[in-house]
Amino acid sequence: MKLKGKVFKYGDNVDTDVIIPARYLTSSSPEVLAAHCMEDIDADFAEKVEAGDIIVGGKNFGSGSSREHAPLAIKYAGVACVVAESFARIFYRNSINIGLPILECPEAVEATEAGDTLEVDIDQGIVKNLRTGESYQAEAFPPFMQEIIKDGGLIEHIKKVGV
Amino acid sequence: MGMTMIEKILAAHTEYDELKPGQIVNAEVDIVLGNDITTPVAIEEFNKIGVETVFDKDRVVIVPDHFAPSKDIQAAEQVKMLREFARKHELTNFFEIGQMGIEHVLLPEKGLALPGEIIVGADSHTCTYGALGALGTGVGSTDMAAAMATGKAWFKVPPTIKFVYTGELQPWVSGKDLILYTIGKIGVDGALYKAMEFTGEAISNLSMDGRMTMSNMAIEAGGKAGLIEADDKTVEYLKGRAVRDYNIYQSDEDAEYEEVIEIDVSQIEPQVAFPSLPDNTRGVSEAGEVKIHQSVIGSCTNGRIEDLRAAAKILEFNKIHPDVRCLIFPGTQDIYKQAVNEGLVEIFIEAGAAFSTPTCGPCLGGHMGILAEGERAISTTNRNFVGRMGSPKSEVYLSSPAVAAASAVKGYIAAPEEVIK
Ligand code: SF4
Repeated sequence: MKLKGKVFKYGDNVDTDVIIPARYLTSSSPEVLAAHCMEDIDADFAEKVEAGDIIVGGKNFGSGSSREHAPLAIKYAGVACVVAESFARIFYRNSINIGLPILECPEAVEATEAGDTLEVDIDQGIVKNLRTGESYQAEAFPPFMQEIIKDGGLIEHIKKVGV
Repeated sequence: MGMTMIEKILAAHTEYDELKPGQIVNAEVDIVLGNDITTPVAIEEFNKIGVETVFDKDRVVIVPDHFAPSKDIQAAEQVKMLREFARKHELTNFFEIGQMGIEHVLLPEKGLALPGEIIVGADSHTCTYGALGALGTGVGSTDMAAAMATGKAWFKVPPTIKFVYTGELQPWVSGKDLILYTIGKIGVDGALYKAMEFTGEAISNLSMDGRMTMSNMAIEAGGKAGLIEADDKTVEYLKGRAVRDYNIYQSDEDAEYEEVIEIDVSQIEPQVAFPSLPDNTRGVSEAGEVKIHQSVIGSCTNGRIEDLRAAAKILEFNKIHPDVRCLIFPGTQDIYKQAVNEGLVEIFIEAGAAFSTPTCGPCLGGHMGILAEGERAISTTNRNFVGRMGSPKSEVYLSSPAVAAASAVKGYIAAPEEVIK
């Protein structure tokens, strides 16, 4: 799977409270979550973001609460993929489980600026910055996780392999 | 080569005798937990799997605590969905208003989280059960759905960092101060994807309440778990509570740790975490004059009886500062009752504090004490992220109950000694 999109860049420790504030969690509807995605860190993100865009974050992206509403909000907002230096562990597994593509690639993060266009090859784990022309190799997922991703998330995976 | 506690607990729930960090395993789980925010999404996912019912009706625990008692119609609809799911699948452990408490205070109290067990909870502070020698860890709603259907969850075996706490605590220094100090030392990603193991004489001397406060905040350092070996105190605590038999696992002498960090607790004073990360800590004597508008005492971190007693000690014969709202939330109904019986509630009310039924409430900016723009709170909760307790332009400072109570009296962040000489 190959993706190409414009970059929204954030710093370290972007937590799930700023990705989707708790005050919206009386709902899990895609429209509500998408409308308030990133609201407390980037107030007009929902208006600026376009389908296929890419979020680039620093260390410990998605830290804090286990709310799956956070990767869901990002996905529903139309974001194609998140590239970060590292992810908080619950956000990491939630993203894989719901089929939101994520990549850990510190070198690519460092060399990326807001507004750049990235081309991401999810299967190969290659991130290319079209402004600089440089490519970076992200860490590959272990085979077990690749299988979940390939099946389209954990629920589809379980349906395939059986309970 | 020996094994660490978490390696042993995981191995005992799989077909392996031995496990190493990095291995990915599918393990049986003992308890699957969810709350009113995460369970609705899990129920939708569960229904997609197409199984008749949950893997074990005694082992799926559902606690409406975040927006409960329901703060608005949407929250009420979510809890209704939980209630109907619980009835349909005849769950033994759905906790209705009147019996519920904050999940991570409630489960240990009810003997539902036991040493050597694996508890996956769709709530990040499921790591609290590490204080009982259990592998409690937070997952998302899809994991919860999968675990409700299969009784299993996938894990990557984490490396362990061992913390050794030596020396004796100074007056007014609690488990909260130890964990804030530790997070300040290693950072909010200092234990990312790792298990933390809390050991040493200072941990043995801590009460179960203090231990749970510490394990609760392992996630604030990025940790997968915050484990403490079960000892006589644990066994005593579980007497009359444990709903099942359990096994105690201890790390081997020659277990392999990624790192060993020693901390002399006698050097630590009460801690405060400044906005907007839990690792932004300093001693209360270095806080400067920080004026506050609200003081929150409660949550899954510090809503236990010992926490309320510490607050009452400070608030007895004192009055809440006229510019401060002081909100006190017991963790469960039992703690509520105990606080009434011990006369603590009377002390709180005399002092001018508000005392509430158990709820997460303001901890996550849900209800019952939201901050306006420009307002500042000191809170015994576990997160001081931007907007956590309300307006993105408000601030949260984290501390122990004693410091939060002293600050409520003074009107600014204060050490307990400033109130009680
Ligand atoms: S008290 Fe706060 S941290 Fe604990 S479960 Fe409730 S919302 Fe989460």
